[in-house]
Amino acid sequence: MTTVAQYNFAYLDEQTKRMIRRAILKAVAVPGYQVPFSSREMPMPYGWGTGGVQVTASIIGPSDVLKVIDQGADDTTNAVSIRAFFAKVAQVETTTRTAEATIIQTRHRIPEKPLGKGQILVYQVPIPEPLRYLEPRETETRKMHALEEYGLMHVKLYEDIARHGRIATTFAYPVKVEGRYVMDPSPTPKFDNPKMHMSAALQLFGAGREHRIYAVPPHTEVASLDFEDHPFTIQHFPEPCALCGAREVYLDEVILDDHGGHMFVCSDTDHCEDRRGAGHVGPLGVAQEAAE
Amino acid sequence: MTAEQPLLRVSNLAKYYGSRLGCADVSFELWPGEVLAIVGESGSGKTTLLNALSATLEPSAGETLYRMRDGQWRNIYDLSEAERRFLVRTDWGFVHQNPADGLRMTVSAGANVGERLMAVGDRHYGNIRATALDWLGRVEIAADRIDDQPRSFSGGMRQRLQIARNLVTGPRLVFMDEPTGGLDVSVQARLLDLLRGLVGELGLAAIVVTHDLAVARLLSHRMMVMKNGHVIESGLTDRVLDDPREPYTQLLVSSILQV
Amino acid sequence: MTALSVQNLSKTFTMHLRDGVVLPVVENVNFHVEPGECVVLGGPSGAGKSSILKMVYGNYGVDAGAITIQHHGEAVDLATADPRTVLTLRRDSIGYVSQFLRTVPRVSALDVVAEPLVIRGVDKTEAQGRARELLARLNLPERLWSLPPATFSGGEQQRVNIARGFITDHPVLLLDEPTASLDATNRAVVVAMIGEKKAQGVALLGIFHDEEVRAQVADRIIDVTAFAPRIAA
Repeated sequence: MTTVAQYNFAYLDEQTKRMIRRAILKAVAVPGYQVPFSSREMPMPYGWGTGGVQVTASIIGPSDVLKVIDQGADDTTNAVSIRAFFAKVAQVETTTRTAEATIIQTRHRIPEKPLGKGQILVYQVPIPEPLRYLEPRETETRKMHALEEYGLMHVKLYEDIARHGRIATTFAYPVKVEGRYVMDPSPTPKFDNPKMHMSAALQLFGAGREHRIYAVPPHTEVASLDFEDHPFTIQHFPEPCALCGAREVYLDEVILDDHGGHMFVCSDTDHCEDRRGAGHVGPLGVAQEAAE
Repeated sequence: MTAEQPLLRVSNLAKYYGSRLGCADVSFELWPGEVLAIVGESGSGKTTLLNALSATLEPSAGETLYRMRDGQWRNIYDLSEAERRFLVRTDWGFVHQNPADGLRMTVSAGANVGERLMAVGDRHYGNIRATALDWLGRVEIAADRIDDQPRSFSGGMRQRLQIARNLVTGPRLVFMDEPTGGLDVSVQARLLDLLRGLVGELGLAAIVVTHDLAVARLLSHRMMVMKNGHVIESGLTDRVLDDPREPYTQLLVSSILQV
Repeated sequence: MTALSVQNLSKTFTMHLRDGVVLPVVENVNFHVEPGECVVLGGPSGAGKSSILKMVYGNYGVDAGAITIQHHGEAVDLATADPRTVLTLRRDSIGYVSQFLRTVPRVSALDVVAEPLVIRGVDKTEAQGRARELLARLNLPERLWSLPPATFSGGEQQRVNIARGFITDHPVLLLDEPTASLDATNRAVVVAMIGEKKAQGVALLGIFHDEEVRAQVADRIIDVTAFAPRIAA
């Protein structure tokens, strides 16, 4: 058994963690505002969640219970690696169960089960600047945020409707936080946007490559941008989860064979398992007792 | 009519680049509905002056007072950045010589026109699109081009789109920097006629920088001739062009090619 | 009340491109035009007739003197007025039929003629109706009305120009050789139109080289050679 002595607790040195915590505090104080921070090299490539990992490393304590999801699943490479990383460098308890976790680091999803008081959701963010698509100059986008000039954001939505007849943006759908800053909710599906609104959990966003941290404190207004005659709507799936029969959840398409066979299943694997454990069965599922 | 006031009051405006002179001692008033042409050769300071007047450039001395929509006179260099930017995208327009400088080349024509509306809080897609369509019509761009990007437009169309984009919020003052600069003669004529019509119809005040005296004759009521950073002659456009006084103005006028 | 009065007007040109040579044009010009009167400037070519007309319209600056015009019941000196005032004078009080039409690309003959009314706030359809009447009266073929006059013949352009000048009810109207390139029929029309203006109380000041027309319209002839400058330096 190796000792943890080779690593500082949670990998980052204490000075760095203090620096990141200061950025987080500022982000919490100014909801939706992108706070610059001095992002560190992490033992994983950019794009693997270096921003989220640094945020998690700065807030995690020995008594925390960590859950990591990638596209809703606990068992993909990214999720497994990050969980293993913190299990090793912080020796914290890990879990796949949403309700048991105190910190949930996520890439691309918000768990289906509503988060509660005391829970922290840490998002891995690739591009934090929602205005980047139309205005490449960072000096200009900062000014636009400062002066609340957000007309450009609607230009993007206008383009969507003009081209597709509806707002076709389905992920990274821009939101306005507490009536002030427009924010990119990271590439989560717009299905999850309503979960951000007035959530009891603290939501932290870390962009490692872009050196930015931002936050949505608990019980904060988060409104998805839209037009009066094209209001914001979330995706609806015509069929329920094939395994657990859940409706009004976000589904992934799973290809079953080479002949076009496919099924839709919960993207949130923990939620699906939970339901099946409670006896719910979908059209293609089998009751859990029978499977075992 | 007696209660009418100027829109812009410029006094002793000067801009130095280090010790080099951009323009100096410029004073004039501009009234609603009045088109002022600033003419002169390259390097005469006319673009520097235009940039200073449009608050793009901070002058070294002098002030430019603007009568805001609420009737208040404000020195435009004392406005906060937020106020200035709001003014620029609502009550003012700026038509650049190169349309790519004034347009978003990667969004559709409709969004280019609609952006200013969305910037001032218009949140009804149907209305925005209807207004954009109306403006495309007014600048003679076919309705079926509304979803095309200006990248696919000819130079003249781009310039007309830029004009629509600027005028959609009903500005009271428009700055134009060589608006017909890079266009063919026939395309120029169309644009000039269009501008002339819109300026008259909307009662716009405009400041047009041009080196083309024919453009000045057609568009402007009044003219200022610049040389070496100074206004050397000014007055009614007809008067300056028909009876030029200064040696340089006479040279300019006599250099026009006759067709 | 005198509609137009010119006092002690003098004008020189300084030709900077020709070593600053000073060309005296006229000196001590004094005359007046009463409402309902047509005053003709007479004298040989080069005597300064056109220059006087251009000074009275504000196209030429003056070196000294005053040009007083009745404008909404007030006497305004155009010689010293600022550009804005000159423009309102032109809009409301003083009209001008120049010798040559300055064409504007793409604007139809009809709109060229209607424009002075439109600028004064007259409804566009109404203004175009007035323009049609005038063009018809001047025998301009109807097929030309919707075309820009740039490609018209000299006589056609002149008729457009006359219609544009006569469409308003300016109390002072300046005419620079309005009949120069017209045939006998149209000359007669213009003479009749001038007569109507006089009857309406308009003060007309013109240049007519055509002896016959001049005899028909002129109430007085002012000999411009009387204003010839004394030999200047």
